[in-house]
Amino acid sequence: MARKLLLEHINVPGINTLDVYRQKGGYRAVEKALKTLTPDEVVEEVKKSGLRGRGGAGFPTGMKWSFLAKPEGVARYLVCNADESEPGTFKDRYLMTYIPHALIEGMIVASYALGAKTSYIYVRGEMMPQIRILERAIAEAKAAGFLGKNILGTGYDLELYVQPGGGAYICGEETALLESLEGKRGNPRIKPPFPAIAGLYGCPTVVNNVESIAAVVPIINDGGDEYTKIGIGRSTGTKLISASGNLVKPGVYEIELGLPVEEFIYSDEYCGGIANGKRLKATVAGGSSVPVLPANLTLKLANGEPRLMSYESLSEGGFATGTMMGSGGFIAFDEDQCIVRNTWNFSRFYHHESCGQCSPCREGTGWMEKVLHRIEHGHGKMSDIDLLVDVSRKIEGNTICPLGDAAAWPVASAIRHFRDEFEWHVREPLKSQETNYGIAKYAEPIAKAEVTTDN
Amino acid sequence: MLKVEEQQPVEFSPALITKFDEISSRYPEGKQKSALLPMLHEVQAELGWLSAAAMDKVADYLKIEPIEVYEVASFYSMYFLKPQGKYTLEVCRTGPCCLVGAEKVMDHIEQTLGVKEGEVTADGLFSWRGVECLAACGFGPVLQIGPEYTFYENLDEQKVDTLIAELRKK
Repeated sequence: MARKLLLEHINVPGINTLDVYRQKGGYRAVEKALKTLTPDEVVEEVKKSGLRGRGGAGFPTGMKWSFLAKPEGVARYLVCNADESEPGTFKDRYLMTYIPHALIEGMIVASYALGAKTSYIYVRGEMMPQIRILERAIAEAKAAGFLGKNILGTGYDLELYVQPGGGAYICGEETALLESLEGKRGNPRIKPPFPAIAGLYGCPTVVNNVESIAAVVPIINDGGDEYTKIGIGRSTGTKLISASGNLVKPGVYEIELGLPVEEFIYSDEYCGGIANGKRLKATVAGGSSVPVLPANLTLKLANGEPRLMSYESLSEGGFATGTMMGSGGFIAFDEDQCIVRNTWNFSRFYHHESCGQCSPCREGTGWMEKVLHRIEHGHGKMSDIDLLVDVSRKIEGNTICPLGDAAAWPVASAIRHFRDEFEWHVREPLKSQETNYGIAKYAEPIAKAEVTTDN
Repeated sequence: MLKVEEQQPVEFSPALITKFDEISSRYPEGKQKSALLPMLHEVQAELGWLSAAAMDKVADYLKIEPIEVYEVASFYSMYFLKPQGKYTLEVCRTGPCCLVGAEKVMDHIEQTLGVKEGEVTADGLFSWRGVECLAACGFGPVLQIGPEYTFYENLDEQKVDTLIAELRKK
């Protein structure tokens, strides 16, 4: 069995309460950090661990912490990004629902490391049940002396609050989140200045994903070096993967980074294979924003070696033959799913969620949705396919925040790998309304000559 | 559609004002505008939607301009700017849920309730709409019902029938 650091006790009855959480070793990291380590030593352990941001960008957490400005007399903030909205991703909801104290404990340790006296957990508004769970957990922790004034007699003060969002994907982008936390529309800010210099209320701020903060707890308990013993290369530790789509056992799994993708999909320890005895056609490995891959490139690299669940292996081959780890939202498509329909669905999502600030994204996402809608519904033209590629290129890299790239990549990658399915929709407008293109050659071993690097 | 007087005056309950005070205390002095989003959720939970009159009262409380409230309420998808049914069924319509049958569930809700997306049933009990990813993709199709945002997972037509029947009896 693989080692579990975050979900080890998930099935223990009452693990959502402080008492049971403590019986299982909970809040040891708070005791250890506040009583025996300086804030800088905590940062150092996290740096040593190689932990990379679990929200999607994969930026080293310890390094992000070390960038925090510390001017005299200015408040510093830690804000937890619990605005989990990336289609295919549901690990943070799971963690907060079942082990809320893992997040609270991580927040205390991380706030101590950063010198924050007030910290916020920004939870997407739809997760009202999770907001109440977290508020109850905070009250328990406060009653036990882990929050509030003079925590455990160390002289360190910390208040922790839960902030609900209003239902906007864009608030998962850290500067939009800060705008929202200030009571404004979630329009991303132009960077620089980065939040580490001017974040919440213009003060130095660190924004970290739920899973990144929870991972700080085992790192402090066992040491950063111990954490690097799990995983592969620069992909250290464990990662929560949200598995959805046409799988026998969809759900949240904690994996050791480096697990072969094939084992993750087909072994009984994880997803148990494709549902209803069907075959795998394609996957989106890291949340809707990352490139979609056909089955053959999901399981194997272009050179025929097995692909692994790690930051490096998933992106091996660049966008020509690879994808990204992203948030770990793993979506599996069986042989009867239509790539064109799903691409249209995702484009509608990005159009709906564009904040409207940058014209390439505001207008481009709308165009992509419209053009994909007409191809999917039998009114497409052959030139529409290149038009989509053209629009996606004009969005990518031309917006304030990464939502533009996130909207462009699914479309560009779907056409890169599934162009014949798009062409079939145009050639067979009536037939494509009644049946689907099927698995075609997408699960067959890939010949090197077929790998193209354009678009 | 329900008919309402847009500028109908609204009263906030003493409990709601107490809640406002508690929320405002979470932020540093002078940064009380941060309370806006949570306050709007509380108002909507009490009144069912956000009328202009209700938003104006929130602006008064926070000592900000009404436009600062309107622009926020219209930006975020959770705030209702017109009256809804007593129960609004919000079904996830994004990719992963559609892979496992969300479109069928939405069609079935539309037929069962006899109203289109965004409309309210004649008895004022129900409305429904498709919403974007609710972060429960492994348990889809899913729907939620405010103001508690009670969550229903692994839906099919039969489960939807049972749910609607239960809500009618309440």
